[in-house]
Amino acid sequence: MNSQARWANAVRAFHCLAAAPGGAIGLHLRARAGDTRQAWLDAFDARCDVDPGRLHPQIDDLALFGGLDVAETLRLGRPVERDGLLTRHRLFILAMAERAEPGLAARLGQALDSGGVTLIALDEGCDADETLDAGLADRLALYLDLDGLRAADMPCLSPLELGEPVEDPLAQLTALAMSLGIGSLRAPIQALQVAAASAALDGRAVANSADLAFAAQTVLAPRATQLPAPPPEAEEDTAEQDTAPEPAPSPDDSITAPHDVVLEAAMAALPPHLLEALAKGTTPRAQGSGAGAKRKGNRRGRPLPSRHGRMDGRARIDIVATLRAAAPWQKLRGRVAGAPVALRASDIRLKRYETRSDRLVIFAVDASGSAAFARLAEAKGAVELLLADAYARRDHVALIGFRGEGANLLLPPTRSLVRTKRELGQMAGGGGTPLAAGLRESVALAHSARARGMDPALVVLTDGRPNIALSGTASRAEAAQDADAMSGLVRAANLSGLVIDTGNRATPALAVLAAKMGATCLPLPRADAHGLSHAVADAL
Amino acid sequence: MTAFPFAAIVGQDEMKTAMVLTAVDPGIGGVLVFGDRGTGKSTAVRALSDLLPPLDMVAGCPCNSASEADIPDWVEVTDRTILARATPVVDLPLGVTEDRVTGALDIEAALTRGVKAFEPGLLARANRGYLYIDEINLLEDHVVDLLLDVAQSGENVVEREGLSIRHPARFVLVGSGNPEEGELRPQLLDRFGLSVEVTSPKTIDDRIEVVRRRDAFDRDRASFSENWQGAQADLRDRIVAARAALPKTKAEDDILRDCAGLCIALGSDGLRGELTLLRAARALAAFEGEPRANRGHVRRVAPMALRHRLRRDPLDEAGSTSRVSRAVEEVLA
Repeated sequence: MNSQARWANAVRAFHCLAAAPGGAIGLHLRARAGDTRQAWLDAFDARCDVDPGRLHPQIDDLALFGGLDVAETLRLGRPVERDGLLTRHRLFILAMAERAEPGLAARLGQALDSGGVTLIALDEGCDADETLDAGLADRLALYLDLDGLRAADMPCLSPLELGEPVEDPLAQLTALAMSLGIGSLRAPIQALQVAAASAALDGRAVANSADLAFAAQTVLAPRATQLPAPPPEAEEDTAEQDTAPEPAPSPDDSITAPHDVVLEAAMAALPPHLLEALAKGTTPRAQGSGAGAKRKGNRRGRPLPSRHGRMDGRARIDIVATLRAAAPWQKLRGRVAGAPVALRASDIRLKRYETRSDRLVIFAVDASGSAAFARLAEAKGAVELLLADAYARRDHVALIGFRGEGANLLLPPTRSLVRTKRELGQMAGGGGTPLAAGLRESVALAHSARARGMDPALVVLTDGRPNIALSGTASRAEAAQDADAMSGLVRAANLSGLVIDTGNRATPALAVLAAKMGATCLPLPRADAHGLSHAVADAL
Repeated sequence: MTAFPFAAIVGQDEMKTAMVLTAVDPGIGGVLVFGDRGTGKSTAVRALSDLLPPLDMVAGCPCNSASEADIPDWVEVTDRTILARATPVVDLPLGVTEDRVTGALDIEAALTRGVKAFEPGLLARANRGYLYIDEINLLEDHVVDLLLDVAQSGENVVEREGLSIRHPARFVLVGSGNPEEGELRPQLLDRFGLSVEVTSPKTIDDRIEVVRRRDAFDRDRASFSENWQGAQADLRDRIVAARAALPKTKAEDDILRDCAGLCIALGSDGLRGELTLLRAARALAAFEGEPRANRGHVRRVAPMALRHRLRRDPLDEAGSTSRVSRAVEEVLA
């Protein structure tokens, strides 16, 4: 799709939204803050006559749902209720939506489910992992990506090209969603609503193929997890065999012609990452958030002294400390005997607790040709045992594979053992050893895990013969230099680590590298994965 | 807000059966629903409120008490009339605080009137009904512990901030989640009575039917609900009849033997497996109007009653559903 067509979709999308604020159509807008996004938002504001409520990821329940206004209540001496944003607005804009925690996403999802409100989520994430909570994204019909578009090019709304009338659009969209591998049944329903809204924009009573194509591009294509299979002839044969003498009256016949138009439209808008992933043979599965619960520090753990603070509906009040803080002032505040204690908002003390954060074990596995030939299967066995251990300790695990020209994050941090096992089983071997790239990826992951409140540790499994440099060139000397530099980075990140030598013979260079990382180096004894697992437990 | 009619949900038979069984015999315990997004988990739970027969409740009681005698002594009831209300189905949002769940000191009363009063939480509101937790595997562990403890004992005891309060909290816990986002501890899994796995419908006709009904519902909720009124009423009558028949429904010794044999073959820990299996089989028999539970009933409820109780080998490839059906074939041959 060229940028003109993408802009046209983006413009049509906000007209659909503005036509029915509070309707069922929501929007997931992925774009960094900048003049392109601003231009889109300004145009939307100009078009939409409803005042949107602004949300931010750290919004608390009191602001969202309303409740007792403590400061006012104390001042006036009678309960003062405050309205929440959810009751005051019908349209919401969630800024920095990629930082919304599952708790907030679940609340907004519930509000959207109950109807009457619409959400525009502004997702500013930069990596593929950093994005809106999947449960909330599933409830937002439209998806737009403004990346690479220029503000100056923004067109006005133009009517769609002439489309043909469509028979049973519902069946078509459902079939298309299925062929794109979209499991959720919300998607076809939303696509249907978007098609209807788009038809209404152009003054049509019924959606035609052009409306369906628009819906397929903005609703279905971004959720695709597979490429639709071309209608295979072979399948018809088996179908005929199955369904006895009479050839089954295929319900698809009537919808094939326009179906192709819609399918093509959807194909044109398929996200590029999907094609890449397909080329590599790893289809993105339902993305779990995988984030461990962030430690708020006000619910459990070792108690800390309570502290002055505001009631935000999340923290617990330390009643005794609050009363103690208020006690010296009672005379000054003019309390007469028998009257309730005179409290001010400034007296309120909140409980605090200290907890230890969750641990994340990052496995960086060398799947290069040399390692693959020697010991990849054994290394996989060792990782599986380590995984079973990690499972028992309720650690999170992440998996990075490096081979060929670079490193890939195969599995973002998760506690799901099943997924890890599957990814590990599917990991292919072969190619060069880009050790430096693997280390760099691991350090990046460790940083992002720290930002989410986890405590990362690194386990590297390699045969220690790097031959691919960071730049991707095959040069032993350069590769060794880069690996050296990257091990310095690991040390700087202060990661507790372990290097497991999977080579047939122990490589002295690897021990030097491990020392540079500040990690322990262990040669993998042949076929003794159990011993290894103990060694890891000791080392980490 | 009208909910989507339960009877109009396409497919997902196992999930619907599990919900109906807990409606017939709430003693079976909670239901755990695992599956992908957009497969109708929330829809099914929220539909229960319309499906189930209304309950008599004291109007002013925060715990949905059935009669004045049941009202806990700390409640100051203003309105003592008895009303018929829909079975409560309470949503528990993620990130909820313990105070909101169990109830806590009524800050408003404490600050403005200087009295020590109790503000009931979600557990009180869910009494005699259902408590629904979407994405239960993302809920903080300590809240899950607390919920399971209350669900098991049927009573919520609050001892904090100088309060000492107890009130009945008998509800059916329904949890849903996506196993790819993290798993539940085995101790928690075991406390749920039944567990079902839902997937998106596989055939295109089913999917089209789902979308068609949902679309019709969104266009005109009132008339869609009215069209399904008959089917809803039939199902409701069957549940009411089954509740009445349940005490008289028998389970002979050979059925007990079957249940025990199945649990031994699967090596499930404790005796909860047998008990749940027995209760579920009996509820199913009552629902189908049979005087006694038979082997067919045990066969049909075995997967949902046992699948989550197997001792897990974290590296075992075979799904637990297939392990259960294998054991059923062997033991109940």
